[in-house]
Amino acid sequence: MTRVCRTAFIALATTAIISPLGSANAEELTVMATGGAWQAALRQAWFEPFAKKANVKLNEQEYTGELGKIKAMVETGNVPIDLVTVETSTVLQGCDAGVLIRLDYSKIAERSKFLPGTALDCGVGIDVYGDVLAYDTTVLKEAPTSVLDIFDTKRFPGKRAMRKAPAQNLEWALMADGVPAADVYKVLASPEGVDRAFKKLDSIKKDIVWWEAGAQPPQLLASKEVVMTTAWNGRIQNAIDQDKRPFALVWNNQIVEYDMIAIPKGAKNLDLAYKYLAYAAEPEVSAQLGRFIPYGPVRADATPFVPKEVLPKLPTAPDHMKAYLVSDVEFWGDQGEDLVKRFNAWLAQ
Amino acid sequence: MTSVAMPAFSVRGRDRSESLRPLALAAPLLLLLVFSFGAPIVALLSRAVYEPTIANALPRTAEALRADGGAGVPAEPVFVALAADLKQAQAAGAVFELAKNLNTRLPGARSQVLRAARLASQNQAASKEAMIKAAPLLGEQQSWAAIRSGVHPFTSFFLLNAFDLKWTNDGTIGAVPSGQAVFLRVFGRTFLVATIVTLATLALGFPLAYLITRLRPAMAALVLVLVLLPFWTSILVRTAAWTVLLQKYGLLNDLLLWLGLTSDRLELMYSRTGLIIAMTHIQLPFTLLPIYSVMRSVPPSLMRAAQSLGARPFTAFWRVYLPQVIPGVLAGCLLTFILCLGYYITPVLIGGASDQLISNFIANYVNAELNWEMAAALSFVLLASTLGLYVAMTRYLGLDLFKMG
Repeated sequence: MTRVCRTAFIALATTAIISPLGSANAEELTVMATGGAWQAALRQAWFEPFAKKANVKLNEQEYTGELGKIKAMVETGNVPIDLVTVETSTVLQGCDAGVLIRLDYSKIAERSKFLPGTALDCGVGIDVYGDVLAYDTTVLKEAPTSVLDIFDTKRFPGKRAMRKAPAQNLEWALMADGVPAADVYKVLASPEGVDRAFKKLDSIKKDIVWWEAGAQPPQLLASKEVVMTTAWNGRIQNAIDQDKRPFALVWNNQIVEYDMIAIPKGAKNLDLAYKYLAYAAEPEVSAQLGRFIPYGPVRADATPFVPKEVLPKLPTAPDHMKAYLVSDVEFWGDQGEDLVKRFNAWLAQ
Repeated sequence: MTSVAMPAFSVRGRDRSESLRPLALAAPLLLLLVFSFGAPIVALLSRAVYEPTIANALPRTAEALRADGGAGVPAEPVFVALAADLKQAQAAGAVFELAKNLNTRLPGARSQVLRAARLASQNQAASKEAMIKAAPLLGEQQSWAAIRSGVHPFTSFFLLNAFDLKWTNDGTIGAVPSGQAVFLRVFGRTFLVATIVTLATLALGFPLAYLITRLRPAMAALVLVLVLLPFWTSILVRTAAWTVLLQKYGLLNDLLLWLGLTSDRLELMYSRTGLIIAMTHIQLPFTLLPIYSVMRSVPPSLMRAAQSLGARPFTAFWRVYLPQVIPGVLAGCLLTFILCLGYYITPVLIGGASDQLISNFIANYVNAELNWEMAAALSFVLLASTLGLYVAMTRYLGLDLFKMG
């Protein structure tokens, strides 16, 4: 909260001071991201170096990652932001709704240099993260060996936390029910497959605490509200490295996802926004984020620039890629709304 | 002649200007209300019944469907018209919004519509057979029922959906599949939680209000300040404070264990119990204050008079005291009940997944799903039921919130 307040205050104060002077003297770029440890890492890795290099003033805003706020900006014709970070599934939704612009990759970087699925029409990937399982080593006597252990209430009794969304949870439910990773989305595309996934989730429903913001899983573990939780790997790793928490990560059966950055329709500083995208896509630059939060770059040719001590902590480290699933963006674009409704109906039962 | 006409004119003029003056004074406020409050609400709520995206994107298909006239999967000309519409939508960049809107009514349609549009723009899908091959959903009766209703900009789809209903293939209204039925349950839950919280605040607030009227003025002021103190704190802060108290290793559980009242730690967070505790605390002043203001106006001598005339304490309370304070009780309860219907942040932070109220669903449709039509439909149902409740209370119980005080 304090950070939000401070950012809001600084933003207000700066607009109050800057606007009467006119914005002619220095170019400005406004980026909106989802806050927390992640945005702090973005600031150190990319925002501040870019502002210095391009000699611009870079303003930051925070939001919850939901497109409603951007849609409201676009519909009222008042778009005070130039760049916004979004999740992969949200990019597709924003693209369809005409909220995000279709990117001109000739102004960014060669599209083929990006990992498959990270250079989308309306959004370009900025990092690779993993949906993993996390637990407190002082609480669990026996260490879980796979994310799917979250479904095992016999070996691991107690409350467990999962993200309040159908994405990832349905995939894990099917895998825990014996579906091979390669067939997960094929099975999930059929009504019987969806029933099967929900039936599996039913078996642990009364033990689930649902989280919504990425900062919640470390909190839930720290307050001992749950014995294990699904989480984004970076949030837990930072709690281990910086707050010295006795947490551990389980990588087996992780789901690999990408964070994206996009330009909202009606952005005022379009050229500067593209300049930023081109800068952050440079191999050496794109590897910098790993120094501040263990998320990997979205270009294979950036890996040599990732600091050695960070590599084993990344979702793409060889040790972590023994069993994994890549989230299917197209599937969630198609079935997302329906499955969210079904998920909400299931929660309400 | 003027001396005769003038007074008559000026009297009439003064009459009119006197009746208009208060209105003129209130005009800025009225205008502000209309433009900043009324108009946006109407504009947003109208989305519940007016959704022209599909109609705008498929004019030729609509025409061809009218000519076709049938009920099932239509004949060749409709598919040709659809291919032409999709081609144009693809060229105009409108196809994505069309696909998204169709997907709301027809799950899974998004990628098929996009594929069909891609092929149509390359002139590879100009026949019924080719279109169905590109988008297998187009070979199904239910898809065409969705498209037929979609090409009318005015739709009942979202309002019916808010009641877990839909148009079936044979043109009647039926229930949605049980796996998709969610809103009736959530409306029921919202009203249940609001009722429980209202009764709880009444049970706590009534005796407390009575106590304050009996205290010496200095003490009464102190107790009132204690009641009002949390009232001046942001609702978010109060809710966050409750999470500290209610969590598994929080103060309340520590206290209960220490007192030996419980043997195990209670699950108070993410539960209905915790939600009701926190909402009751937040709503208490809203119920208490109207009751207190009415109680203060009841002379204590009336109760003494009743008792001196032979009424037992309970009879005196029931027949003399209660009828005088009942308007305050009703006003307080109605206020709390209506406010409870719109609770958002407390269920998010303290309630579990099965404790989310209708506002949480509206917020989800606005923020996450970008389905503002569904959000408008749910808001409309919530607003209508709240207004209905208010009208019923004022009409049948003779209560008027605007005349309180």
